[in-house]
Amino acid sequence: MAEHVIEQGGAWDGAKEPFKASYGKLMMWYFLLSDAFTFAGFLIAYGALRFSSATWPVPDFVFSTAPFGIHDAPLIFVTIMSFLLIISSVTMVRAVQEGHRENKRGVVFWMLLTVLGGAGFLGCQAWEWTNLIGTEHMTVTRNPFGTHTEDGVYLAHDGKPGEEAFEAGESYLLHKADLDPSLSDAQVMEGFASHGEDDHAGHSVVNAYDKDYGFMYVDEEGFIKRKFVVQEGDSAGAVKMEAFGPKAFGGLFFFITGFHGFHVLSGVVFLLIILINAASGLYVKRKNGYEMVEKIGLYWHFVDLVWVFVFLVFYLL
Amino acid sequence: MAGHKTYEESIRDVYKGLVLLAVVTLIEVGISLLGKGHLGVDVSDYSWILAIIAIGLIVLSLYKAYFIIYEFMHMRYEVKGLAMSVLLPTLLLVWAVIAFFQEGDSWKKRREDVKKRETVDPNAPASNQESFRIPEDTYLLKLG
Repeated sequence: MAEHVIEQGGAWDGAKEPFKASYGKLMMWYFLLSDAFTFAGFLIAYGALRFSSATWPVPDFVFSTAPFGIHDAPLIFVTIMSFLLIISSVTMVRAVQEGHRENKRGVVFWMLLTVLGGAGFLGCQAWEWTNLIGTEHMTVTRNPFGTHTEDGVYLAHDGKPGEEAFEAGESYLLHKADLDPSLSDAQVMEGFASHGEDDHAGHSVVNAYDKDYGFMYVDEEGFIKRKFVVQEGDSAGAVKMEAFGPKAFGGLFFFITGFHGFHVLSGVVFLLIILINAASGLYVKRKNGYEMVEKIGLYWHFVDLVWVFVFLVFYLL
Repeated sequence: MAGHKTYEESIRDVYKGLVLLAVVTLIEVGISLLGKGHLGVDVSDYSWILAIIAIGLIVLSLYKAYFIIYEFMHMRYEVKGLAMSVLLPTLLLVWAVIAFFQEGDSWKKRREDVKKRETVDPNAPASNQESFRIPEDTYLLKLG
């Protein structure tokens, strides 16, 4: 019966592949197109909000830590993450090639390497998130990465302008205070006696003592808000206080890299399923050049493709 | 399908692709760090250099995207109709990028305006009040 239909072969009789691609492959392409629009929507929202903010966290400052206590290594860790995805994309191409040759062992070997690359990427992302949330206290609604808009000098422990100067455009990270519980309230208040009059200009902050910074102003969430004297411009001489950076940054970062990471995670799961199927000899029987491997390959390259743009907007620009 | 290439040729091409993507990524990271002043040169005062860096980063990323789609995803070997039906719809995003980035820039101007208004002392004499520019597309309701 099937042969009969192919012989008759009208366009509407079925069994004829449009674009000379199988149904599964074609639909994978259209799924990826729709997914590209979802990601584009996210990234364009990021761009619009970034354009609407007077300052934006500088990526080489935000992403400058790596595991094993490495600091001040701007973008190095995310570059390694990018390489992991690129390499796993290449091993995926190799798996597809071995599939065309009906080489089962080759398919299984290269898919296994691809899974390892994807898992490595997820591990790196887990570390990056843990560092941002646990050490740097960034959340979906809180962004402790700020940028100075004026030149200034930080107030020293005695409340007078100190040695530490900064320029407009420089970044800072608000730290959580490491409070010393042995100090009584009276002692803390006494420590502030030399700071002169307190004018917080509407900020709700309390006085506290931090082990590293000494007597500092800490907000109700425990973040140290360092005070500084503006050196130049219209408000020269005014004493101001560090503030949180643009709030949208945290939400955008976690949702966009999280959505991408979720794609990587589901990709790894599907790769594993197809890897097991391939190893069990299921696709040998189908005799279609391991087309299933080709389809998951398309998806996996797309994950790499999206990372190219996530990498561009979050880390490079 | 790997087209008309031999097996050895197509394997060599894959590793060439790996080297190409790796080198492009390293160049991207390099010029990004250059723009941020990490390579010993401070270019932050030259806005045209920063503009070239930003455009260069976008162009290199688009090239990587092209390479991944055409080589790794084998779009080069698909029927033209398939390639166009997948790629052409993404051109709609060009409009979205222009429209929404412009909108974002406009939000920024409004925010600055609001901030300025908030600092005005209502008790100051009228002659000292700075007059505010009302955006051209604001319609004022005339009463009476």
